[in-house]
Amino acid sequence: MVSLAAVSASPALTVSGLGKSYGDVRAVDDLSFHVEPGEVFALLGPNGAGKSTTVEILEGHRSRDAGTVEVLGHDPGTAPGGFRDRIGIVLQEVGVERELTVREALVHYGACYSRRRPVDEVLELVGLDGLGDRRTHRLSGGQKRRIDLALGIIGDPDLLFLDEPTTGFDPSARRQAWEMVDGLRSLGTTIVLTSHYMDEVQALADRVLVIANGRAVAAGTPDELRGSMDRETAIRARFPMDREGTVTGLLEGLAGRSTVRDGRLDVRTEDPTADLHRLTGWALERGVALDDLEVVRPTLEDVYLDLVGGEPGEGTDG
Amino acid sequence: MADRLPSPLRLLVHQIGYQNRVFRRVPIAAFFTLAFPLMFLLLFAAIFGDVGISGGHEVAAAQFYAPGLAVFTAASATYTNIGISTAVARDEGILRRVRSTPLPRWVYLGGVVGSGVCIAVFGVALMLTVGIGIYGVDADAGRLLPAVVAFVVGTASFAMLGLALAALAPSGQSSPALAQATILPMAFVSDVFISVGDDPARWLEVVGDVLPLKAFVESFFAAFDPYRTGSAWEPELLVRMGLWGVFGAVVAARRFRWEPSTGSSSGPRGDRSRRHQGRSVPS
Repeated sequence: MVSLAAVSASPALTVSGLGKSYGDVRAVDDLSFHVEPGEVFALLGPNGAGKSTTVEILEGHRSRDAGTVEVLGHDPGTAPGGFRDRIGIVLQEVGVERELTVREALVHYGACYSRRRPVDEVLELVGLDGLGDRRTHRLSGGQKRRIDLALGIIGDPDLLFLDEPTTGFDPSARRQAWEMVDGLRSLGTTIVLTSHYMDEVQALADRVLVIANGRAVAAGTPDELRGSMDRETAIRARFPMDREGTVTGLLEGLAGRSTVRDGRLDVRTEDPTADLHRLTGWALERGVALDDLEVVRPTLEDVYLDLVGGEPGEGTDG
Repeated sequence: MADRLPSPLRLLVHQIGYQNRVFRRVPIAAFFTLAFPLMFLLLFAAIFGDVGISGGHEVAAAQFYAPGLAVFTAASATYTNIGISTAVARDEGILRRVRSTPLPRWVYLGGVVGSGVCIAVFGVALMLTVGIGIYGVDADAGRLLPAVVAFVVGTASFAMLGLALAALAPSGQSSPALAQATILPMAFVSDVFISVGDDPARWLEVVGDVLPLKAFVESFFAAFDPYRTGSAWEPELLVRMGLWGVFGAVVAARRFRWEPSTGSSSGPRGDRSRRHQGRSVPS
């Protein structure tokens, strides 16, 4: 029952039952996943979901409370110092010496790896060609993020971690960053990225794990995630607040899942014709006006928000 | 695969060279560490000229000032320089980046300390060259070894205290104030700028004797002291300095942080934080 692909190479990374608490808060709760060589794997979730904590545990920067982790055949918690030689890490909020030129920074950081990509090749890969002799403090914000990526791949890593690679980017800079990641993928680099942008994950990832409050809430390819919601249609309307007590019977009569929040009714159904008929019939009978009534296909963003139980604006600022 | 990690020794040499290069490109640091003490030597020599000593001899005031200011330079190159640059590097996320590379942490810190010692060697050599070459400071070759040993123990101890300063400084921005607020008053009670003789309050002398800088100055100056006869070794002072060094190392080992303090993105070079807009809560 084992597929050929799974036999041919062991996973680059395996996580099983991972847990981590800060005091009473369970930041990561029973996460399990694996990443195959050459794959782009995404951890998707809103701020505070536990993405960075998970990645920091994988990098060996943070201890765990429960579970087993294997990264390139090592437990990052006890791996020898040379473990980081084979992984590249692009963190958030890192700096580079302003006194150095771009090229000097690449040579300097490259010196501590056993393998090195040629500096000019890296500059071209991240789109900094022609800027090698510029002091790093004279680069723009987007160019500085490119240095972060360049320094992440200067050691020719087998596995690359990208922690929110495009947070704070404008749309065109994000597209360019996506192209860079695509370029790395075509070179065969295994990539684990975190993001709170659904569209980013859709554009880049082969597989996705959606997490919220430290727990896995969905997993699959972006198409599978899209497929699970493609079957559903959303029916929405403004609902008079004082009617909430009287709608229980109606809601139970609908085929789909429904919620009433802040005076708005939201029905997700695979049978929109029937449910719309029941809803409007109920409203006509009682003389209730269903203001702003709409029947729509949910966007990817809607599905994502459904999954993580978040409010609009949280993690959707892209 | 024939790939092998670079040897730690090679990495250490590389790190020292890199820290030296960064130091050379920060003119203000080079000025305060190297040129500032030299300026004091020129001033003191001009103000005091020659002074009489017992037996009717006269020696240049620089005979007393050059060794003390050389020690002050060495302490600035290690304590002040390491404390400030490391705290700033932490705030800028450079230490955070270093931690994500295969570079062993001790090699990074070894590079910081090694570079401080290099700068101290350069500064002391500069000070003594000016003192001997221009002001005729008398240096007895027979007392060279005690001076070198005092220099080694002193710079090592002040380098450890510099790491402790970096560990305790709440932010890169506050580190220069912390460094100056500790080293300057200490210099005044440690016979660097003025000699605390018998006249002033006794407590000044006691404070100086407890703190590490005076022990550094006295053990180094012993090799240049025109009054002194016999051995220039000061084992008790070396031990006192060494104990301060151990204290600094313990504080650094227990309190050193590689992560920027949370919410301090407004460091002295706050432009770096611009690209992180839009991120509010760490996830």
